[in-house]
Amino acid sequence: MTWIFENWDKFLELTAVHLRLAVVPVLIGLVISIPLGWVASRSRVASAVLLPLSNILYTIPSLAMIVIMPALIGSKILDEINVVIPLAIYTVALLIRGISDALRAVPGHVVAAATAMGFRPLRRFITVEFPLAVPVTIAGLRVAMVSNISMVSIGALVGLGGYGQLFIEGYQSNQDKVWAGLIATIVLALIADTLLQVAGRVLTPWVRAGR
Amino acid sequence: MGWLFDAENWSGATGIPVRLLEHLAYTWLTLLIAAVIAVPLGAYVGHTGRGGFLIVGLTNGLRALPTMAVLILVVLWAGIGDLPVYTALVLLAIPPIMAGTYAGIRAVEPATVDAARGVGMRERAVLLQVELPNSLPLVFGGFRSAALQVVATATIAAYVGAGGLGRYVFDGLAFQEYDQMLGGAVLVAVLAVLVDLVFVGLQRLTVSPGLRPVGTGGKS
Repeated sequence: MTWIFENWDKFLELTAVHLRLAVVPVLIGLVISIPLGWVASRSRVASAVLLPLSNILYTIPSLAMIVIMPALIGSKILDEINVVIPLAIYTVALLIRGISDALRAVPGHVVAAATAMGFRPLRRFITVEFPLAVPVTIAGLRVAMVSNISMVSIGALVGLGGYGQLFIEGYQSNQDKVWAGLIATIVLALIADTLLQVAGRVLTPWVRAGR
Repeated sequence: MGWLFDAENWSGATGIPVRLLEHLAYTWLTLLIAAVIAVPLGAYVGHTGRGGFLIVGLTNGLRALPTMAVLILVVLWAGIGDLPVYTALVLLAIPPIMAGTYAGIRAVEPATVDAARGVGMRERAVLLQVELPNSLPLVFGGFRSAALQVVATATIAAYVGAGGLGRYVFDGLAFQEYDQMLGGAVLVAVLAVLVDLVFVGLQRLTVSPGLRPVGTGGKS
């Protein structure tokens, strides 16, 4: 643990890389899974293809995915995109089923009321239907965020940064570095999880209004 | 992809079949050890209702735990060998199995449990003959996500000198033989999907048709 305080600058640098590699995929995954979840909630065919496909992709281990990326998209072994894409895929896989179920569960009379009030489909989706799917989305985002933060370290095995680097270096030189990375990862995950939880509460005031 | 289809890589002591069996052996023995520990604990807590918050907290907390750090710390503590591999893998596999068992038993209809007591079953019989069979869908969910994490992490274990398919990934990386690295990764991915399918099949076979299920997920 003392390593963190003795190497504060390096630690901050690693934290920045780690955060970037964990957060960017979650954002990309969120942006992709909203339209995909909507399509899956509308079409039986789409959901019969998208949901099993996302399950299979989720099954593939992260290290394997990171290693396969360069062959798939022509990136270099050390490109950060090799970590970003797999983690974004896992995020989509975690979110898509929840979002599509939640959208499908929006009561018909709610949609009808919004339509009757003159909402066009896009505005109705943004202001009425999707907000009702926010709690499920936040729950999925929390799982994705926390497991991404812990999975980013795997990238260090093929030379990509983040706290994982501390594990690799610590394995060769000192145990203190491994503990530093371990604790930093957990603290980062806890902070991110708490922030998402708060965001969920702020975004869904109606959940508590009824009590 | 040439490496994967080169006949030379499919034979000998470091050939693909041997590595595949090593990988499966890690997975199978880990799940067995973890089951022996986690199923009774989860069942006990689920049955008595005591200590449930511990299990829920433990499973959520462990999701953030970086597997690699655990593996490396155990190696630094115990040296290279089978012990660190199994310690790290079993530690990984326990939470999902325990959580699945616990959640499965908690999810059994209270009316069903009452009925079992009503017809004169003892607590032991209630647990073994009523609660456990009824909780199988969620128990399997736990085993599935444990198996996935173990297959994934057994790959990483090669980094600290273990066998299994991860060898190809790390040897390929070390010698800059990216073909071998890619081949190893593809094999791991295929194995993970196949293992998951086996569990889905087992679930179909053993779970009572009255309880058609959906599994829960977890990821490493």
